Parts: sequence; structure tokens; C-alpha cells
Amino acid sequence: MDDAQNVYREEARELLAELETSLLELEENPGDRELIGRIFRAMHTIKGSGAMFGFTDIAAFTHEVETIYDLVREGKMAVSAKLVNLSLAARDQIRAMLEAADSGVPAEATESARIISELTALRQESIPEAAARPAPAVSPPPVAEGGSEAVYRIRFKPKLDLFRSGTNPLLLLAELQEMGECTVIANTERVPNIEAIDPEGCFIFWDVTLTTDRGREAIRDVFIFVEDLCELSIEVAASCEMAEDEAHKKLGEILIERGDLSPETLSVQLKSQKRIGEVLVEQQIVSQDAVDAALAEQRHVKELCGKRQKEAQSASIRVDAIRLDGLVNLVGELVTVQARLSQYSQQSSDPELHTIAEEVERLTGELRDNTMGIRMMPIGGIFSKFRRLVRDLSRDLGKEVAMTTAGEETELDKTVIEKLNDPFVHLIRNSIDHGIEPPEARAAKGKPRQGVVHLSAAHSGDSVLIEIKDDGAGLNREALRRKASERGLLSEGGNISDSELYQMIFAPGFSTAASVTNVSGRGVGMDVVKRGIDALRGSISLTSEPGAGTTIRIRLPLTLAIIESLLVKIGEDGFVLPLGAVEECIELSRNGAANGQARDLIGVRGHLVPYVSLRERFGIVGEPPAIEQIVITSVNGHKVGLVVDQVVGQHQTVIKTLGPLHRQVRGISGATILGDGSVALIVDIGQIIEDASLDSF
Amino acid sequence: MGVEGINQTDQYLTFRLGEEVFALEIGKVREVLDFTNITKVPQTPPFMRGVINLRGSVVPVMDMNLKFGMPETAKTVNTCIIIAEIVVEGETTVVGALADSVREVLDLEPGQIEPAPKIGTRLNTDFIKGMGKTDDTFIIILDIDRVFSEEEKAAIRAVESGE
Repeated sequence: MDDAQNVYREEARELLAELETSLLELEENPGDRELIGRIFRAMHTIKGSGAMFGFTDIAAFTHEVETIYDLVREGKMAVSAKLVNLSLAARDQIRAMLEAADSGVPAEATESARIISELTALRQESIPEAAARPAPAVSPPPVAEGGSEAVYRIRFKPKLDLFRSGTNPLLLLAELQEMGECTVIANTERVPNIEAIDPEGCFIFWDVTLTTDRGREAIRDVFIFVEDLCELSIEVAASCEMAEDEAHKKLGEILIERGDLSPETLSVQLKSQKRIGEVLVEQQIVSQDAVDAALAEQRHVKELCGKRQKEAQSASIRVDAIRLDGLVNLVGELVTVQARLSQYSQQSSDPELHTIAEEVERLTGELRDNTMGIRMMPIGGIFSKFRRLVRDLSRDLGKEVAMTTAGEETELDKTVIEKLNDPFVHLIRNSIDHGIEPPEARAAKGKPRQGVVHLSAAHSGDSVLIEIKDDGAGLNREALRRKASERGLLSEGGNISDSELYQMIFAPGFSTAASVTNVSGRGVGMDVVKRGIDALRGSISLTSEPGAGTTIRIRLPLTLAIIESLLVKIGEDGFVLPLGAVEECIELSRNGAANGQARDLIGVRGHLVPYVSLRERFGIVGEPPAIEQIVITSVNGHKVGLVVDQVVGQHQTVIKTLGPLHRQVRGISGATILGDGSVALIVDIGQIIEDASLDSF
Repeated sequence: MGVEGINQTDQYLTFRLGEEVFALEIGKVREVLDFTNITKVPQTPPFMRGVINLRGSVVPVMDMNLKFGMPETAKTVNTCIIIAEIVVEGETTVVGALADSVREVLDLEPGQIEPAPKIGTRLNTDFIKGMGKTDDTFIIILDIDRVFSEEEKAAIRAVESGE
């Protein structure tokens, strides 16, 4: 498989994702012409580049589907649910063909044939005349489609008796306005004095400047019924290609270039000069309306070219993910070296070195942020993927479910987003299968028939908070409790708070679904979800209101590679705590510790906060110093103090994994390299809190 | 005579643990480091000495003396860390092994290598690939993948039975 084909596959995958989103949107707004256009273009590109790179089967198949959308685009066919369904099936088939080319196993040809025949049937039933045409499927793509944007100068000068034919010119103008960016200027110079006016005559004529990609014929079509009743002229004022060629210079500029005139003199002269429009109007050579129309045209042309330039400027380049990873690794190493430099400069008394170290620190920080920024992707991409899932699932299960989203623009590291897919699929399935009730049951409870799954994402400190919320039945507390005691997670009649009970749903093999469906309920799932989120150094929690729904909250770190952290020491060993979780540091004197010996609690401004000695927790030998430090941390609203020997300060931590040999270690999520070359361990505060609260049972 | 899987002359890195001479296939060995600071990882058995910084990567280090039931490796001028590439669960990982001293690189022909004796060794014979013979000394050729992956399996068992 050569590179070009790989590039095509990559591109086609993106287009297919876009196609899916557009199709689902189209289902909701069947009349949206822009959406239809987007769908058509996506198919067209898949087809065109497919043929170019040797994916002839894809090109041939896509062509059939594209033909249908061409008809839809021209308004000859209506968007129906059936069409959307078939299009989605076709999109899946294209994807299958794409994957097939990858694996070498040919895709199901019968499926393609089925989709095409159904599409053809659909086309014939909605437009009978199309069936009469011999081979509509191979009609060449319309010329207008390929036409690039241009500015048209249209003068629509109706005859005086236009109104008598029952034509409303405003409707025609409105139609023009739908075709693109449009400025209409009414010209009143034909209007006679009041005594001479014929109240039923049309004296006004219009100068329209239109920027569109539809082509001249489409514009002429608008006026097709009034052609005999008006003088119509349609001229291309400028297309972008023309505008680029016509970069001719103004007279003043030429004079300056030839040295006949200095720029200063020119600008003085220009200032004293009246604008040509003003002059012409003053001299009554042209009317103010005509000047306005001309100015509007000028503005359109400028905007068109400006837009083109902007498009070219914001163009992106495709970079191999491996190269990005390499870049991130290098930045990681640079950060480590920079930490060493800073540490060394602090020990020296050379002011020059201090300056350099600070400068390097600033630049490294910026470089790090920029590099991490490259890997950031809006989470909306994966949200829109789930739209399809929700649609298909609710259909399969006979439920009515809408999906709403918020915060699609929230950015997360690419690797994090990729790994979120499976857990999310699971959670959404759970919500639809177990959470949301069938329409009848909902109606009986006085809820709207249609359930809602709401996905939202938002930044919160150095992490991203994602919520999956449904308005279904909520968790069945009694069933959970029964199940928990069955599995021995709960002593009989033992008291347990609701939130602890809900947390048990994440234990392996825990499912309360009465029956196993092919969607969910087999009890493999929530623990897998939790493990997936844990692996991303995230946390997951769940709240539920009986009858009102369930909310799952997932907190994820922004990036997997580098974090800001607090460096602390216990004995000789360095540990780092993610700074986002750290709230404050306070001293713990021996006396204070003695007072709270029975329950490891400390008062922080009126609140009692439990604390854990990391020295004890990690079994580090040696005597703690007389004054220890407590770092107050907060994870998921739980505050806990971590007792350490010494707080060193802030540190940029490049996260390194510990590898398979240390996978089982709890309370440590990774390691990092300090400025002096030694290794410090990254404390997993979430796990420490979890373990500590388990101990207290 | 002969050991399965060894049918050509290979080079072996020999090293000392206590009084005995051990060897690793040279293909497994990446480099040999001087003893550096090792950061202990909590909740690991004593023979997992901790992790070191290998030019920016974090590499776990095992004390083979402790692993094989001998006293802890003392820090001397000769103490080395042998950096080896091993395969754990199909994944290639870099690990370090503490040795009292590193000796030399030897050529051993298949005929010079005998299967591990079933009895008479203190260490688990699973860890031994074969016994090399030069002149009058025996060299224990280690199966380093097993030494480490055994550890991994044990850890998983500990986690499973603990919960």
C-alpha cells in the first residue's frame, strides 16, 4: 500500500465521519440546503479521489449515491427518513470497502448491490420522470457544481407593466438572496414626478451584486418567468481568478514607482481630492444609487478575494501522529534538562546564568504548551460519533431518545480522546438500555415520551469534566443493595451511604439488569470502563436520582505527557503530587499529631480534614522530622491531607510510565526525572484516598 | 547432550553473583552501567530495588542476588547494572539487573552447553537456560525473560488473591 493510498484512506475516513454527522443533522433539518451541499461534496470528494488512487469499487459505489444527492440538491427529490437510513447504510458500506482494501478481504458485494437497488427504487418512486430517462445514473456532474465562486453584476430592469402580470419582484430578489452573499440596491431614477406617476407601474429597477458559486444559468433561472417582462443583464463582475490576475496598479502607484512622484505628495493630493463617486454625483453624471451599486460590487469582490486568502491561510497540514509523539518526547526531555539547568543556576551565584536559566525556563514552558496544544482536539468529534450510536440503539430498543451536547469545543489530548471511545460507548449504551424507559412507561410517569441523553464537557482547573446524563429511571437502590450483599461486598444490614452504593457498580462483574440483552447487562462493563478511565489517570463517579435519571461524571487530565506538580520529599526520596489536586500546605507539628492520634484528622479553618502519612503508607523506613508538612489535596470533592517530610516546590513533571513490572503498585501512577537526574514517583492521590476510605470500613 | 533452542555458537556476557558465574545471551544485553542511585518503589518485594533514570527513561532494577536467595548486593566499585531487553506478555521492556561484577564476553558452542540439572541448585531451574562449561568452571546461563515475567505473574497473583 503506497503513501498516496494511505493519505486517501485517512482523508476518506475523515470525510465519512463528516458525512455521518451531516446526515444525522439532515434528518433533523431535512430542508437545509447547505447540509445537502456538504453531503454532496463529501461524497464527490470520496468518489473523485477514490478513482484517482485506484479504489475503483468505492468510486463506482459512491457515484450511485452521489447521483441521488445531486437530485436532492436540485430539489428534484425530497429528503425522507428512508433516504437518510439508506445513506447511512451506504456510508457504512463505503467504510467497509475502505477497511476491506486495508485488510485485503473484499467487502460484501451483495450489500452494495442492495443499497444501490434500494436507492434506485427510491429515486424512481419519488421522481417518476427520472425513470423515463434512460440512464440518469451516469449523467455527468452538473457544471455549476464545479463552478467557483464569483461576483455577478445583475441589472433587473422590469418593464412598467410588470405588476400587471402578477409578479412580485421582491420574491425574485429574495430568491437571489438565498443563493449567496447579496446586496440589492433599488434605483429610483426612473420614478417620475408625482403628477406623472402611474400607481400600477413599476418604475424602480434593481442593481444586484451577488457572490455565489451557482453559475450564471442558475441566476437566469430565477428570472425565467419574467424574462419577457424585463431587461435583464447578468455579468461576471469578478471571479477570484480574475481578481488575482487583475492586480493592476493604480496610476499613483505607477508614478511613484517611476520616480515621478513622491509618496508624500501623492497622499496629500489624494486627501484633497474628492472621491470619484462624490464628484460624479455632484456633477449629476450618475445618480447616487448607481454609485452605491458600484461600491457594493467593489466590496463584494474584495470580500470574495479576502475570503479566499483567509481560507488559504488557515489551511492545515497533515502530520503523522508518530512525528507528533516524537516532538512531545523531545519536549519532555528538554523540560527535564531545563529543570537541571534551573537547579544548577540556583546553586550558583552567577547573575548571567540566572538570566539565561530563567529565559530558557520561559521558552521551554511556551514550547511545552504549544506542543501540547498541537495534540489537543475538540471533544465534539467523538460526541458526534455517538449521535449515530444513540439513534441506532434507540431504534433497536424501541425507545425514543434524543442526544444533546454541550461544550463540544472543549479540547483534550488526542490520545485521551481516542481512548475515551470504548468507555463512552459503554456508558451511553447503559443509559439507553437501563436508564431510559420505553415511551409508554415514560408517558405513564408523566415524563415526555422522548428521553434525553446529555453529553457535556467543560474545563475545570487542569482537568476536563465530562458528564453523561440521562433522564431515565435512575439506579435501583434496592436491587443494588441486594446485589452488593449477594456478592459479599456488603455486610447484611450494613449501613452504607448511597454514594458508596453507587460506587459499587464499578466493581467487577456487577450488574443489576434482570435480563441480559445484547446491548448490556452482562456485568462486564462498568469495571472495564473504570479501568479505562483509571488508565488515563482520570476518575469516574456516579449520582442517581430515582425516577429522575443518572449522571456519570468523568474527570480527566488535560494531557497525558506533562503536568505541573508539587515536589515533596520523604526521607531521601522525591515524590510529586499533581498540582491541580493540591489546595494548600500546612505544618503538622508533633504535638498536633499527638492530639489527633486516635483519628488522623486535622482542623483546617474550621473543617476537619483526614490525613494519611505517606511515609507509613509507602513503608519508608526512617524517622520523620520534628515538623512535617501536610499537603491538603482535593479529588472529586474529597479533601485529604498527605503528610510528607518536606515540600520542595513546583515542578514540571514529564510523566514516565513504570512499565509492566510495577503495574500492581497502588498509589503510584508513574515516575518522573528530577533536575539532578534522580527519579521521583508520581503519587496517585485518587487511589490513596480510595484505599484509605476502604481501610476505614 | 545439547539444549533445545541453542544450536549455534553465541556470545554470552558473564557476570558474578556472589561466588557463582552467570551468563546472559549478548543479544539480550543493551549496555552495562555503573551503580547509580536507585529510587525504591513502595509496596514492591525487596528484590525489586527500584527504578533508575536511564537517559530520560525510567527503568526498573532487580537485585538478582536477592531474587535467587542470596544476601543483598553490596555497593562496591565493581557493582554494575546490566540493562537488558526482555519480553513480558509479548511486550518488549527494558530492565536492569544488579550484579556484583561483570566479567567478560564469551563464545560458547552448543556442545559446551548442557541442560540445567534438576537438583543441586539453589535457584528455580525454570530460570536456567543451560549450563555452560569452560575449562573447569560452570556458567549458569539465565533465561532473563522468565526471571522477570515470573515476577510479573507473581505480582498479578498477589493482586488477585488480595482482593
